[in-house]
Amino acid sequence: MAITYTSGAQVEVYRFSIPATVLIPLTAVFLQAWLPLRFHLFSFFDLPLLVTIGFATARRSPLAGLSTGALIGILQDALTHHPIGLYGISKTVVGFGASSLGIKLDVENAGARFLLTIFFYVVHEVVYFMIARGLVGLRVAWNWPHEFLSGMANALLGVFIFLLLDHVKQRT
Amino acid sequence: MDVLGRYRNLIVLVGVLFAQVLGLAVQVKRPSDNEPTRLIRIWAAGAVTPMEKVLVWVETSTRNVWHNYFYLRGLRAENRSLKQQIERMSLEQVRMSQDADQARRLQALLAFKEQFISQTMAAQVIGGSGSEQSRVVFIDKGYNDGVRPDMAVITADGIVGKVLESYRSPSTSKVLLINDQTSGVGVILDKTRLQGILRGTASGEVVLEKVMSDESVPAGELVLTSGGDGIFPKGLLVGRVTKVGSGSDLFLNIRVRPAADLNRLEEVLVVTKIDQRQALPEQTGAARAVDILAGRLPGVPSKPENAEKGDGAASASSEAKPKTVSQPPSAAMGAAAAAKTPPKPVKAVVEPTPQPAAEDSPH
Repeated sequence: MAITYTSGAQVEVYRFSIPATVLIPLTAVFLQAWLPLRFHLFSFFDLPLLVTIGFATARRSPLAGLSTGALIGILQDALTHHPIGLYGISKTVVGFGASSLGIKLDVENAGARFLLTIFFYVVHEVVYFMIARGLVGLRVAWNWPHEFLSGMANALLGVFIFLLLDHVKQRT
Repeated sequence: MDVLGRYRNLIVLVGVLFAQVLGLAVQVKRPSDNEPTRLIRIWAAGAVTPMEKVLVWVETSTRNVWHNYFYLRGLRAENRSLKQQIERMSLEQVRMSQDADQARRLQALLAFKEQFISQTMAAQVIGGSGSEQSRVVFIDKGYNDGVRPDMAVITADGIVGKVLESYRSPSTSKVLLINDQTSGVGVILDKTRLQGILRGTASGEVVLEKVMSDESVPAGELVLTSGGDGIFPKGLLVGRVTKVGSGSDLFLNIRVRPAADLNRLEEVLVVTKIDQRQALPEQTGAARAVDILAGRLPGVPSKPENAEKGDGAASASSEAKPKTVSQPPSAAMGAAAAAKTPPKPVKAVVEPTPQPAAEDSPH
């Protein structure tokens, strides 16, 4: 069992099988595109973001985290009609941040995961907002209560998704 | 080298972000040249839409089996009610066909070109973009089915959007909804006949722009397509005005509720062919040679009031005043259209004297 040591703390590093690495993000993007058409309230959630955070915190490798985030984000971008890179950049930052934080903190318990997800949801939205407004010139509205409530909802769902991911991750 | 190794992660992060920002800047600078990203978009659609198609097929099949074979409660009552509705609509159809005939005659007079939806294709909505900032949906018909960019997409309730991209493989198309902030539709208000541009907002609402603030727009008024955008034919239902407020600058802030439920789209129609044709003279039902002749022959003028002023004055007056010509109004209108000349006042203002014999005369 490979163990990484950071600041004296023992942190376990996990990996995912290739089918899981491909199929889970793909399913997340697919469900994100399909479910809001049937259940409009589901548009509050960002499943690809939750999967990005879940993968990044489990792998605890910044390079793996940012590349996973970039690929998932670009896939998500490709389904929209906006320029490719909006979600790509946001999720790259989140993937890098989540995996870097995963090295320093214990993210195995539900409480930590809940707070972590709220934090990274807000980071994701801020980065997206800045790029959309600053670079692309989109009229994106910012509403703190809405963002915070969406962050809470995503964090709740995230706790369950991370539990599911725990079942498919493998110790290195 | 040691420094590079130490900051390797950060350097890679900056590199990846820089590459994406650069790519983004190129796309923003040249929005029309989307070839480099088109491949990525096709791959993404190819990865996601097959799963969506399967899921939608399963969903539709299950629903059809349930509704067609099991859930038949109240079918007789519904059948009875529909029959009554057909009877009512048949009566209404007679009245509307008379109105349509009259409209065609007037259009022929004005050499008015109408746009007709001559061909549509039914398509199923299979997925969306998954982003609140990008209000697009994917349909299960693509390039191979004849779908092309800029085709209008509608439902029976109202307009939905326009085709942005159509792909060969997978056979699917991306449709931009009217409530997206990058969408724009030329519209006209039904009663006040004010024209404006319908746009989506960041929150997914629909607003009517470019209506001057000194105009009066009542809430509840219907909004129709004006045909000015070159995408949607004129006269399609868009929605209804819900709220009118004073906006910024010189324009009103008008909120519109779309007639089609854009959050629950299942089946749509892609308008694959629009005909632009002029109302034909024979459609007026009165373009008879005898009518044309009657229009050109001098009638029996009513005695002009200022006859004492001389012949020239009398003839000028006879053009301005109604003349008694034995010709029904429809015949006069048909004559004007067939002659391809502007209708003289004598033809436009006549006393209606029905003459069935002239109507039935051969050409």
